[in-house]
Amino acid sequence: MEILFSVLTVSLFAATIRSATPLVLAALGGIFSERSGIVNIALEGIMLIGAFFAMMISFYANQYGLPPLVSALTGMVGAMVFGFLISMIHAVVSIRFRADQVVGGVAINILALGLTGFLLQLIFETSGNSPSVPNLAAMPIPILASIPILGGIFFNQSPIVYVALLAVPISSFVLFRTPLGLRLRAVGEHPKAADTVGVNVFRLRYLGVGLSGVLAGLAGSYLSLGQLNIFTENMTNGRGFIALAAVIFGKWNPWGAFGACLLFGFADAIQISLQNAGVNIPSDFLLMLPYILTLVALAGFIGRSRPPAAAGVSYEK
Amino acid sequence: MNEKVPVIEMRDVTKVFPGVIANDHINLAVHEGEVLGLLGENGAGKSVLMSILYGLYQPTEGEIFVRGKPVAITGPKVAIEQGIGMVHQHFMLVPVFTVAENIVLGDEPITNVGTLNTAKAVNEIKALSEKYNLEVDPHAKIEDISVGMGQRVEILKTMYRGAQVLILDEPTAVLTPQEIKGLFEIMHSLTEAGFPVIFISHKLKELMEVCDRVTVIRRGKMIGTIDIEDASPQILASMMVGRDVVLEVEKKPSQPKEVVLEVENIHAVGLNDLPVLNGVSFKVHAGEIVGIAGVAGNGQSELIEVITGLHKANSGDVRLNNETITNHSAKEIIHKGIATIPEDRHHRGLVLDFSIADNGVLGSHDQPPFARWIQRMFDAIRAYADKFIQEFDVRTPNQEAQVKNLSGGNQQKVIIAREIGRKPDLLIAAQPTRGVDVGAIEFIHRRIIEQRDAGKAVLVISNELDEVMGLSDRILVMFHGEIVGEILAKDATEDELGLYMAGAKRNTPSSPKEVSK
Ligand SMILES: Nc1ncnc2c1ncn2[C@@H]1O[C@H](COP(=O)(O)OP(=O)(O)OP(=O)(O)O)[C@@H](O)[C@H]1O
Ligand SMILES: [Mg+2]
Repeated sequence: MEILFSVLTVSLFAATIRSATPLVLAALGGIFSERSGIVNIALEGIMLIGAFFAMMISFYANQYGLPPLVSALTGMVGAMVFGFLISMIHAVVSIRFRADQVVGGVAINILALGLTGFLLQLIFETSGNSPSVPNLAAMPIPILASIPILGGIFFNQSPIVYVALLAVPISSFVLFRTPLGLRLRAVGEHPKAADTVGVNVFRLRYLGVGLSGVLAGLAGSYLSLGQLNIFTENMTNGRGFIALAAVIFGKWNPWGAFGACLLFGFADAIQISLQNAGVNIPSDFLLMLPYILTLVALAGFIGRSRPPAAAGVSYEK
Repeated sequence: MNEKVPVIEMRDVTKVFPGVIANDHINLAVHEGEVLGLLGENGAGKSVLMSILYGLYQPTEGEIFVRGKPVAITGPKVAIEQGIGMVHQHFMLVPVFTVAENIVLGDEPITNVGTLNTAKAVNEIKALSEKYNLEVDPHAKIEDISVGMGQRVEILKTMYRGAQVLILDEPTAVLTPQEIKGLFEIMHSLTEAGFPVIFISHKLKELMEVCDRVTVIRRGKMIGTIDIEDASPQILASMMVGRDVVLEVEKKPSQPKEVVLEVENIHAVGLNDLPVLNGVSFKVHAGEIVGIAGVAGNGQSELIEVITGLHKANSGDVRLNNETITNHSAKEIIHKGIATIPEDRHHRGLVLDFSIADNGVLGSHDQPPFARWIQRMFDAIRAYADKFIQEFDVRTPNQEAQVKNLSGGNQQKVIIAREIGRKPDLLIAAQPTRGVDVGAIEFIHRRIIEQRDAGKAVLVISNELDEVMGLSDRILVMFHGEIVGEILAKDATEDELGLYMAGAKRNTPSSPKEVSK
């Protein structure tokens, strides 16, 4: 018991936020995509692509003489661009060609794993870790960071964490308070109804998938540039799927998904700190937790979790 | 009136789908303040024609004029800009959105900072609903409201967009008689305000009641337009079918024999555990048609579901040929000899993405001759499909067509063919002619009576009093989950049934022999 309390520290909660950040960003992406009617299980692959290109762009920008911080920021933006581009493959395949969205997503995940591994070998001649590159390390926010407890947890983090924390209310606002959000949700629930009132179903679905690409790409950049300063092969390691679990657990709602990600992030953080404290809980056990919770959620124990009615169904005029 | 420029004119509009000419040079015009009826058999091309006018399909040929000017209606957006509003045959409402959200979708009022202005939306909707006497609750979710209110929401959607012309595609098929009366009042106030209305219906009495003129199409071809003063139900029916139609059901007196179905003191609960059936008992004999009348929502749907094993009975007994089948599985009940024409064909009757042939054997798909061991026998299935397509006059390019591409009435024929084909002891027909044209109604009624004359027991449930009175030998009236009255059809009058249906009168049911004494 004492050990348990001794690990409940500011650093544990700060670590929770760090573990949750990539999940939050990817989950928000997943929400936009699924709310528009496109199931996106490619989050994992898009994140991996983002992680790789963030590292690579930061590396080259620095080589060309840009200052480290600028290099890292360029890498982050590059990750969003490449995330967007990869997501457009998924969008075209599932919206334009009406292919099965799950199959398309799986294909992108496999492609991403192969492509990043291949490029790592080709450019950096390694199959393990990339060289270290300029990263986006913790950047305390003046004044806020000195607030006791909260400052240490929230305001002494990588800039990407701040983006993720802001992205939650912004996403919720866009989805539930703006005409754009209403239309996006309409298209995911009953595309024909939206079509008959002159709402462009295809355009909104491209937008939903595109946003998921940008956000998942950003999530990936946090893995390589926020938590570390290198890219390692398959460094997402299932986080894209955990983010999908958070989408379901959070009932396709940004705040709900945020809560789920915090829970999953906490499980991750406590596992690490218990291990550091010498308690040996198998890490695999805690890694299972998100999925068990998702099954519980799906079984309806936390109230009915209902996906957008038209998610996964391609629209034909 | 006809010298004036029509508000909408469609000239020589043709639409070709692969294998089907849905519209073949159709001409139609509608003027200010008039109701134009559009009549045609199932699959005649009414919905397609209106979808072209609304920009959902592009015509293969032909032109559309709005107030005399040619317009290319390339999408619903253009149609809305031209002041055209359409209420579709199947509702276009997002179930999880509120009424207000559905109405403003695509044309949302915003606040100064660009967010949704819900308060303004609600106010505008309230003003509109008062102006046109369309009562809705802006804050209710679509999934919680009645079909009638859903219809009013659809009409408000078009009014909110400033529609000057209203297209109503079979608006009355799913409404109760009270709701239909309400709809006609709404249509009246719209035409008073100068709006033209295009009204599609298979119910000839309704067309006679509300239309000024009726345009008739048959198999995609224009037959003509007739002023209502020159029309009668008989004339309209023969125009659309191309032959004389028997509108009254003709049948010999029934000869009831042994009891086939016996329902005894059934109790059941529905949503939120509210009681929906409160001790229902009745019998259906071989060789008779028993009709159940009642205002929709008085337990009729649940009663059929209990008999067919889709809804749990909490107490009581259902017996088929003296064998209890209470709460048995639907499959078992089918194999015991009950066939059902379900009231909601999309939910319960068909797998829309499957072909006609596959839908035609559903439920018997694992039985010979359609299957042997674990293998499906495609030759038998194909031969059977060809046979029933011919026999039931299903309008389709071929038996491989997906059922979702058939017109509503033809979908219904596929179900009826399949259920009668089971050769059941008891045939349950729920709303058997919903959305079906008069020619097909005559046909379906004849097939149901044939079943009776072949010594089968038949149970008919319908919202159409005419149908219940015409088909049945004996009528039971349901009210608040109980059977409150039993009348022999030959003695029944609409007024008397109405009293029972409203709960204002009741008698105790008994077996037919005693009643006929
Ligand atoms: N998207 C489509 N693809 C192919 N064929 C179609 C399509 N939509 C309609 N059809 C065909 O066009 C014809 C006309 O159909 P339509 O729905 O207009 O009939 P309808 O007159 O409205 O009939 P109902 O009274 O049964 O609703 C039918 O033969 C139908 O099978
Ligand atoms: Mg139609």
